[in-house]
Amino acid sequence: MAAALAIPRSDPAGATPAAAPADALLRVENLSLTRGEKLILDDVSFALKRGATLALVGESGAGKSTIALALIGLLARPQVGLDGRMLFDGADLATSSERDWLRLRGRRISMIFQDASSALNPCFTVGAQLMTPLRRLLGLSKAQARKRAVELLEGVGLSDAESRLDAYPHQLSGGMQQRVMIAIALSTNPELLLADEPTSALDVTIQAQIVRLILDETRKRGASCIFVLHDLALASQACDEIVVLYGGQVMEAGPAETVLREPLHPYTVGLKACVLEIDTEELEPLPSGSPSFASKRPGCRFAPRCASALEKCAGEKPPLIETRGRRLACWNPVA
Amino acid sequence: MSATSTDIFRLLDVEKTYDIGRASASLFGAGKRRKLAALDGVRLTVKPGESLALVGESGSGKTTLLRVLLGLTAPTDGRALFREKEIAELKGDDRDRFARDVALIYQDARGSLNPRMTVLDLVAEPLDHHGLCPRAERRDRVAALLQRVGLPAEMMGRYTSALSGGQVRRVAIARALASNPSVLVADEAVSGLDVSTQAQLLKLLRDLQRDMGVSLVFITHDLGVAAYLCERIAVMYLGRIVETGATREVLTAPAHPYTRALLNASPKFFAPIAEPLPGEIPSPIDLPKGCRFAGRCVEARDDCRLTDPALRADGARAFACLHPLDRPRALG
Repeated sequence: MAAALAIPRSDPAGATPAAAPADALLRVENLSLTRGEKLILDDVSFALKRGATLALVGESGAGKSTIALALIGLLARPQVGLDGRMLFDGADLATSSERDWLRLRGRRISMIFQDASSALNPCFTVGAQLMTPLRRLLGLSKAQARKRAVELLEGVGLSDAESRLDAYPHQLSGGMQQRVMIAIALSTNPELLLADEPTSALDVTIQAQIVRLILDETRKRGASCIFVLHDLALASQACDEIVVLYGGQVMEAGPAETVLREPLHPYTVGLKACVLEIDTEELEPLPSGSPSFASKRPGCRFAPRCASALEKCAGEKPPLIETRGRRLACWNPVA
Repeated sequence: MSATSTDIFRLLDVEKTYDIGRASASLFGAGKRRKLAALDGVRLTVKPGESLALVGESGSGKTTLLRVLLGLTAPTDGRALFREKEIAELKGDDRDRFARDVALIYQDARGSLNPRMTVLDLVAEPLDHHGLCPRAERRDRVAALLQRVGLPAEMMGRYTSALSGGQVRRVAIARALASNPSVLVADEAVSGLDVSTQAQLLKLLRDLQRDMGVSLVFITHDLGVAAYLCERIAVMYLGRIVETGATREVLTAPAHPYTRALLNASPKFFAPIAEPLPGEIPSPIDLPKGCRFAGRCVEARDDCRLTDPALRADGARAFACLHPLDRPRALG
C-alpha cells in the first residue's frame, strides 16, 4: 500500500479514469438522493482505490457533505430517498441496517468534521472522548485505553499528551481540537477516513500542518481518505483523484493532476479561475447563481451559469463519458 | 514614514497591553501582575487611496490593531492619529467626521446587520444618522449604492435572512460606502465563502477601491487575497509588524522567515505540501526575550534568542529580523 502511494500521482497511461478499478475500496454507483421534491444528488458515481485520496469539490449546495454523510450513514433516512449503490469492500452501504452501521461507523469508516469545536463534546474531557471508541469498539481496558490515547495524541503532534487527556475541548486551540478529532477518527484504524473541510476554520499555517498530518497518518495505515474541499489548489496538493460536483451532479472527475492541469468542463475552469495565488493579477469570477434542485428539470444544472452553454444544455442532461483521461459531463467542453 | 499631514492614519509606536490579573499564587509564588501585550510598538501609516493588507495568524494582533484604528480601544502607549489627531480623543465635529470617514466591514456580515431591518433601512441608516441625504432622495441613494455593489434595487424591501452569504456581504459593503468614507476597514470580509463568491467580492472591492479612490485596510490571513487586493502589506506576529513593504516585493522575495513560512503554507497548485511551520503562535503572556519568532524559526541562531530585533527600514521595505533571508536587492 505504502509503495503504491510513493508512485507519483499522475497515472502514466491515464487510461482507466476512476471508473472501476479492480482494487477499489469504495465504489459509489449511480447514487441519487431525494429530499422531498428536491433531487439533492443526481446519479453520482466514483470509485476510490485502497490507500488513495479523493477530493470532492464544488460550491455550497454541490452535495459534497451529503455524500460524506451518506458514506458514514448519518443521513436522516426516513426523510431522504436513496437510490443507487455505495459498495464498501463489496457490501452495499445504501442498504445497510443500523445494526450493520454499528459495525462500520467509527470502526471501518470514520469522519473528521469541519468544526472541531462543535464536534467535540464540551462536557467531557479529551481523554474521555478519545477513550470511548477504544474501549467500546476495540474492547481495551481502561488502563490500556489511556495508554493508547496518549500514544494517539502524541501521534497527532500534541505536546504534553498525558496532561491533555484531562483537558476539556475549550481549553485547547482550534488547531489542537482538530488534532484531537483526527486522533479520535484514527483511533480504530479505519479503512476509510472522511474529512469534511477539516481546515477551513484554521489559519493557513495550521491548515498545512493538519492536511499533512491527515495524509501522513492515513498513508501509514494504508487507509483511504475522502476530503471535502472547496480549495482546488489544496485538492491538487493533497489528493490523487478529484470529483467536481455542481448541484448534486458530477461535472468532471478523474486524476486530480489531469483534471486540474487541463480542466475540460466550463465549471471546473471557472472554479479554477477563482483560486487566488500569490501572482494572480486578474480574477474572472463565475457569475453568481445557485443550482436548482427540481427533480423535473432535465438538463445540466450548471447551464444557467455557464458561459458556453448551448441550447441543448438546458434540455438534455449530458452523459458522463470517458474522455482524455477523465470522466466528463458536458455538451460543450472547453477545447 | 514622513510626517506629512495628508496621511489618513498614523500609528506611532502603538502599544496595547491588557492587564490579566495576577498569576496564581500557589503555582508562581507571590503571584505577580501579568500583562498581555496585544500590540507592541506598531508603526504604520495609511495614505489616501492606498490599500494595505494586515496579515498574520490568529493571535498576531490584527484585530486589536483594527480596534485601535477605529477608536474602539485606546492604546496604552504610543499615539494613534487620524488626520493628525489622536483617535481616542476625538470629540464633537471631529468625532462625527471620523465616523463618516472611516467605515468598517465586519467579519461576520450577517451578524453585523440587524435582522429586523430591511436592506433599505440598513443601507440608509448611515445616511440618516449623519443627515447626508434628504428624505425624498433616500430610496434613490440606496438604489444607487446597491447598484454599485452589484445588487438589484428590488432587494431594498428584503430582510437579510432572505439573502445569501454573498448578498449579505454586498449589503454590508453598500452600508459601509453610504457615508462616502475615505477609508474602508475590512476584517476578514471574504472568509468563509465559496471561492466563486469570494472572487466576485474581491473583484468588487478592488474596483471600488480603485474607482472611488478610498483607502483600504484589509485584514486577512490569506496571502493570495492580500496580493490581489492590496499594494502594501504588513505581516504581523505576536503584536508586532515583522515585515512590511510593497505586497509584490514582500511576497516574491520575503526577508523575514515568518513571511516565507506563511507563503509556504498557502496552497499552490500541484506543489507538494510544504513542510509546515512547527507549533502554534505562542501565548503573548510572559514573552521570552529575544526574537518572538525564534522558537518556531528554522533559521534561528543563538543571538536570535538573546536580542529582540527592531523593525529596520531598507528602502521601501522594513523587517524585524537579525538574519534576514537572501533576496535580490530591493529596488529604489
